[in-house]
Amino acid sequence: MSTRTPGRVDKAGLVIALFLLILAGLIWQDLTSLQLSSVYGLGPKAMPVVVSVGLVVLAVGNAVTALKGGLPARERLDWKPILFILGGLAALIACIKFEIGFIPATAILFAATSAAFGRRAFLVDLLIGFVAGIVIFLLFSKLLTLTLPMGPLERLI
Amino acid sequence: MDAFFALAHGVTVAIQPMNLLFALVGVLLGTAVGVLPGIGPALTVALLLPITFKLDPGGSIIMFAGIYYGGMYGGSTTAILINTPGESASMATALEGNKMAKAGRGGPALATSAIGSFVAGTIATLGLAFLAPTLVELAVKFGPEDYFALMCVAFVTVSATFGDSPVRGLTSLFIGLALGLVGIDRLTGQARLTFGVPELLDGVEVTTLAVGLFAVGEALYVASRRHIEEEVLEPVRGSLWMTKQDWKRSWMPWLRGTLFGFPIGALPAGGAEIPTFLSYSTEKRLTKYPEEFGHGAIEGVAGPEAANNASAAGTLVPLLALGLPTSATAAMMLAGFQQYGLNPGPLLFAERPELVWGLIASLFIANTMLLVLNLPLVGLWVKLLAIPQPWLYAGILVFATMGTIAAKPSVVELTMLGAFGVLGFLMRRFDYPIAPVVVGLILGPIAEAQLRRALSISLGDPMVLLQSPISATLLAIAAIALILPFALKGMNRFKAQED
Repeated sequence: MSTRTPGRVDKAGLVIALFLLILAGLIWQDLTSLQLSSVYGLGPKAMPVVVSVGLVVLAVGNAVTALKGGLPARERLDWKPILFILGGLAALIACIKFEIGFIPATAILFAATSAAFGRRAFLVDLLIGFVAGIVIFLLFSKLLTLTLPMGPLERLI
Repeated sequence: MDAFFALAHGVTVAIQPMNLLFALVGVLLGTAVGVLPGIGPALTVALLLPITFKLDPGGSIIMFAGIYYGGMYGGSTTAILINTPGESASMATALEGNKMAKAGRGGPALATSAIGSFVAGTIATLGLAFLAPTLVELAVKFGPEDYFALMCVAFVTVSATFGDSPVRGLTSLFIGLALGLVGIDRLTGQARLTFGVPELLDGVEVTTLAVGLFAVGEALYVASRRHIEEEVLEPVRGSLWMTKQDWKRSWMPWLRGTLFGFPIGALPAGGAEIPTFLSYSTEKRLTKYPEEFGHGAIEGVAGPEAANNASAAGTLVPLLALGLPTSATAAMMLAGFQQYGLNPGPLLFAERPELVWGLIASLFIANTMLLVLNLPLVGLWVKLLAIPQPWLYAGILVFATMGTIAAKPSVVELTMLGAFGVLGFLMRRFDYPIAPVVVGLILGPIAEAQLRRALSISLGDPMVLLQSPISATLLAIAAIALILPFALKGMNRFKAQED
């Protein structure tokens, strides 16, 4: 666990401030493409201007906090589980995009998340996720008549 | 007494067998999901929204009532048994409740929290039934400028006034407002911040944001710090029932907690944290057993738990009467209404009284069901708590993505879910509050519409905001609420230097 001494510049805080500035810039750039079309009162540009200006002010505020080292202390970060979960999500998105189907997508996400939380039984978890996927699919598509994405397997059921 | 008639009518709606069934399903689902560690009531509602997609509005809103109260109840069970409050409002409960569970008095702790929630919920729902119509009468006189000013108050109080850091709270709010800009401008039909992606024309879905921030964000956060702390589940040992002394020590805290919770919840001040901590410190001061505080005093569970539930009912007052959500959970309830094209507010009371009053009556029924079901079923909820963490979070993520897939099966929507998850993770890590993002997204576009409506009625004269006495007062309150935390901070620093 790393403890931060107050008074030191917090680099992560400066990155947050930069992110807010970029967001403000994006909004500003986008609003220049709008055409004013309200006869009276405010057009569609007013709110983006307010949000954009507000974000710039807050970026400054966050930067000041960061320079003073006023951000809360943080523990050391374990990156591996985060990559596992995000990888699982990416696999799920790929399954939907290439029409592999809902059930395999669910199985992969389940196993990846479970692995992120320290389980070392990937194949067993894959099977559990698979069964869970089938149950959810049946429950939602048959009972609640919601449409879930179909793949070869789902068409068989 | 119009409220009596209206409420009686609501009861006839709520006791129809189908609606009773909806309430029961809601209560059971809400408790089952709410009891899972790390899932607060807001996420419970967000996760269960897709289930109600194909139901009729009346039934599903009644189900929400059950989910809302069930989620609250489940959250306090978790707080007592594993000391991981799903939300800050359960923190005070966890403080004493978990100590009680460790000392083998988990049963009475659960009982006092269940009965206290029932007492507080019933009184506060009565308060809701009588206060909401009065507020509606007042709100009928509100012009668009007054609504805009009211929303400014909500923005400020939710984000800046009561958090740890006004700068971080406002940052969260403005991220929410920025997300609220995405999509077609309702008045001129121009696309804003869509970057040519057709899926973004409809705007950012509130459920996608909430599920991403709360579920995916929480999973990432807990996974990243798994090496730091382990959760310990306290088994429920001994009797579930409260002794005579427990009752004697609980009933006053229940009532006092209700008195803190309901008014503060009903004000557009946001969050149940303040009343729960007020209640906790009051009970600590008034108790005859001060030596027990910090080691499992029953008053410290009874009071905050009642305050928590009373304020949950209180937040429904501005939500139903004004369409103003002041907490993340209320924002999710509003999203639930909006999925049927219903907008809470005076108009809904006039046009769909059976819906509004059916909901209010169902709150009573859900509350009673919780009391009757939950103490006998506590063994079942404890089993849910014992699910191994890897499967628990894997299940949460599967359910979270499934909700998004069911609502909008698109790559863009799922990518947004993942991106909001990362955002939620970062916000947790750097201690930015999450509720203001959700409130900003859902309330931002409404506030913009009201402001533009006000200014087009006044032919573009901004003075209309100050000419209406209601709006002028509310804007003044908002300004004070915004400046106050900064001023107080400055004063503290000044004092610290003097010492």
